Amino acid sequence: MTMAAATPATKGRRRPRTGSERLLMGASVMSVLAILVLIIAVPLGVLLLKSFQDKTGAFVGLANYVRYFSTPQMVGSLWNSLWVSALTTSLVVLLAFGYAYALTRTKLPAKPVFTAIAMLPLFAPSLLPAISFIYIFGNQGFLKSWLLGGTIYGAVGIVMSQVFYCFPHALLVLTTALGLADSRLYEAASALGTSTWRTFWTITVPGVKYGLVSAAFLVFTLGITDFGIAKVIGGQFSVLATDAYKQVIGQQNFQMGAVVGFILLLPSVLAFAMDRIIQRRQVALVSARAVPLIPQRRPVADTVALIYCLTLASVILGVIGMAVWGSFITYWPYNLSLSLKWYDVIEFEPTGWGPYLNSLKVAGLVSVLGTLLVFCGAYLIEKGEGFARLRVAAHLLAMIPMAVPGLVCGLGYVFFINAGWNPLSVFYGTLTLLAVNTIAHFYTTAHITAVTALKQIDREFEAVSASLKVPFYKTFMRVTVPICIPAILDIALYMFVNALTTVSAVIFLYSAQTKLASITIVHLDENGMTAAAAAMATMILITALAAKLLHLFISTYVLGTLQAWRQR
Amino acid sequence: MADRAVPAVASPHIRIHHLTKRFGAFAALRAVTLNINRGELVCFLGPSGCGKTTLLRVIAGLEIQDEGTIEIDGKDVSGLPPSARDFGIVFQSYALFPNLTVNDNVAYGLVNRGASRAGRTARVVELLELVGLPEQGLKYPAQLSGGQQQRVALARALAISPGLLLLDEPLSALDARVRARLRDEIRTLQRRLGVTTILVTHDQEEALSMADRIVVMNDGAIEQIGTPEEIYARPSSAFVADFVGKMTFLDGIAEGTGSIAVDGFALQVSEPLQPKPGASVRLGFRPEEVQVRGITASTPNQLDVTVLATEYLGAFCRLTLAVLLSKDLSIAADVSSNEMQDLRLATGQTIKVALPPAHLRVFQDAVGTSGGRST
Repeated sequence: MTMAAATPATKGRRRPRTGSERLLMGASVMSVLAILVLIIAVPLGVLLLKSFQDKTGAFVGLANYVRYFSTPQMVGSLWNSLWVSALTTSLVVLLAFGYAYALTRTKLPAKPVFTAIAMLPLFAPSLLPAISFIYIFGNQGFLKSWLLGGTIYGAVGIVMSQVFYCFPHALLVLTTALGLADSRLYEAASALGTSTWRTFWTITVPGVKYGLVSAAFLVFTLGITDFGIAKVIGGQFSVLATDAYKQVIGQQNFQMGAVVGFILLLPSVLAFAMDRIIQRRQVALVSARAVPLIPQRRPVADTVALIYCLTLASVILGVIGMAVWGSFITYWPYNLSLSLKWYDVIEFEPTGWGPYLNSLKVAGLVSVLGTLLVFCGAYLIEKGEGFARLRVAAHLLAMIPMAVPGLVCGLGYVFFINAGWNPLSVFYGTLTLLAVNTIAHFYTTAHITAVTALKQIDREFEAVSASLKVPFYKTFMRVTVPICIPAILDIALYMFVNALTTVSAVIFLYSAQTKLASITIVHLDENGMTAAAAAMATMILITALAAKLLHLFISTYVLGTLQAWRQR
Repeated sequence: MADRAVPAVASPHIRIHHLTKRFGAFAALRAVTLNINRGELVCFLGPSGCGKTTLLRVIAGLEIQDEGTIEIDGKDVSGLPPSARDFGIVFQSYALFPNLTVNDNVAYGLVNRGASRAGRTARVVELLELVGLPEQGLKYPAQLSGGQQQRVALARALAISPGLLLLDEPLSALDARVRARLRDEIRTLQRRLGVTTILVTHDQEEALSMADRIVVMNDGAIEQIGTPEEIYARPSSAFVADFVGKMTFLDGIAEGTGSIAVDGFALQVSEPLQPKPGASVRLGFRPEEVQVRGITASTPNQLDVTVLATEYLGAFCRLTLAVLLSKDLSIAADVSSNEMQDLRLATGQTIKVALPPAHLRVFQDAVGTSGGRST
């Protein structure tokens, strides 16, 4: 009882729970931790190490970094990356804020339709808008004159494509932020006779400032780390992501590639850290007793919102439609008759539909294995009993990929798998490796989804089953998994779509036999076959949308019939 | 401690010895020692953060103590996981599995026990009848009211015929009427089954009406163990007196010969244990013990008071009285509605009240130590 007794001898203290159940729990937690170390920590560690070595593998300290910063070209790319991403960020946040405001705070008609259209870019590879803009503003583009003699190949094209590609990401964050409003604040403001303009700046904007910052960081990270757009539409304008590719693939300079990778890591680590800090503050902002805000009819604002959303939605549909249309055109811009010749992939691709099938295989593998790993891992981390330190370690590992750009992740994998000492090098160039790398790259978002769902489950379920002498894994199968089916389906879809569309995560890891559809787009474009590239991008878009429809169907079906308990 | 209504069994069902539990620097339990007899219903009562729920969870094995032992039926279970201890538990949140029907929830612990399907079905029917929910077996938890859900949770916990039933604030989430009814039902059921039961609550009324014995806890330690009558009538500390029921406290100095000086008044007490003269003490009495009628010249401990406020509480009125000729003494007194009318009491009026010596409790521990007024 006294403090003295507390220090050394904790006599009578027991560390119980021996027996098979505890052993199984311990083994499961250890396995998840080991897998996360292997697929996340080790490749990143190898990458970091590489940046401090010379070609022979000897440690050279910061020599590579010194060389990087004394090469004007390299520093130029760094600067390019920074300002292009900053410009993209301001444009996207501004545009998405308006759209999100219209969706949450006005009486905009057909909100689900506008939401769905805004989400479309998520289902296309980032290369698709770049291809579309080449069709529209490129050398053969029908609106080339709009650029007043400028060229789309370069910063302009990169920014335009990135705005398109990042828009739904920012919109998701901002609709959530704007959706959490306390109508009592607005009632108080209006009771005090506050003008609409002042209410907007004193209540609306401060209420979502964390969302705005969060969205800004997210977009900046997406922009600076995206590889595909800069590759396709960047022309001679070099950025960090293309530099890393040139160093590794072009010049086989792995050390310099590692340095670029590490520099790419910095902004996203910074963004990630800021976002964590901000989110911790955000919690207290809207109290549990807040009264949800229901938008009132405001004729002028509603009309403006409708015009604004119609414009943006048309642009999104137009950009996607351009790539789809382009893929069916016989010979742009000379023969505009429609044909399927660009879908006859065997003409341009030695393995024909091979890359597309590979993509399907990898996406399927990622979807199934990834969901399994993420959900079981999240369960053990969130609901596991004992082994507190190991579980915290696993959680921290699971949060890392959010801060690691796909390109950096891929670089880490390429160095790791090629290391002479690594017995896993037999996996080099296999679909398995591509799948594992993709799972690692998209781990965090899926993990957060799973943890959020698990947190909503009564935390006493495990205690109740222990009291009823039912082992934890039975309750996991009979109760936890059925309750979390919607989240599990969401994770599976997220994994599938991202595995299908990503370029940067896999660009270093494929072999001739395991080329993916998204990489094929890059190659076709490199070889000047824009229409074939557009066709492949369209195929990916259609497949991703089909997956979404299947997800919708299963969700409705499963929730409708098998999960009758959800209805009151 | 006199054990009431407890079957005569030689050794206690549960023997808790010197339990200590810390969460970082915070001591949730400090050297708690307690015996619980077979078949009795014991309430752990105390304010939030007093350690009552931690004690329950340690008994269940859901938390691991840092020191101390727990014996159940003479067997040391201190090191056993929850699944190896014999208990059923009901939580405030019910913790019903939402995706399983009422039947499947109740049968959840039976499936593992190798009972035949027919045997299980019969047992589930029996249990649902026991808790007054026949014919509800095919519904899902979300289709039931809060009170019904709590009964299902009770049936599920009882299904495995546990030797010990743990109830963690089981009624706190329910509205007042349902709570009162379930209180009776649980008490009746517990008596009928004779299952040893521990109920954690912060509601003194619940503890007083249900428990065979109450364990009042404060700050991780046990303040008092006793029957409801003992706890209410003879609280062992100012904390218990204040937490269970309402009590007015007056600080004073013992003067010997059964008199306490309080702010210039000499109040007679009849406690057998007289404090030493000169000792600081705290006097306590309950509002209903203040005498407002039948005061004659010979009535001891008379005070002239002004009615500061009256609070109408239905069957009675609670008066706040300022003692005249004192600095800032004020006392609470409960007066029945009849008395109110007879005496025509109103705010601002000056009346005579008396504090019967037999009802004045003397607390010597409270002054200068923890400040017995803690709330």
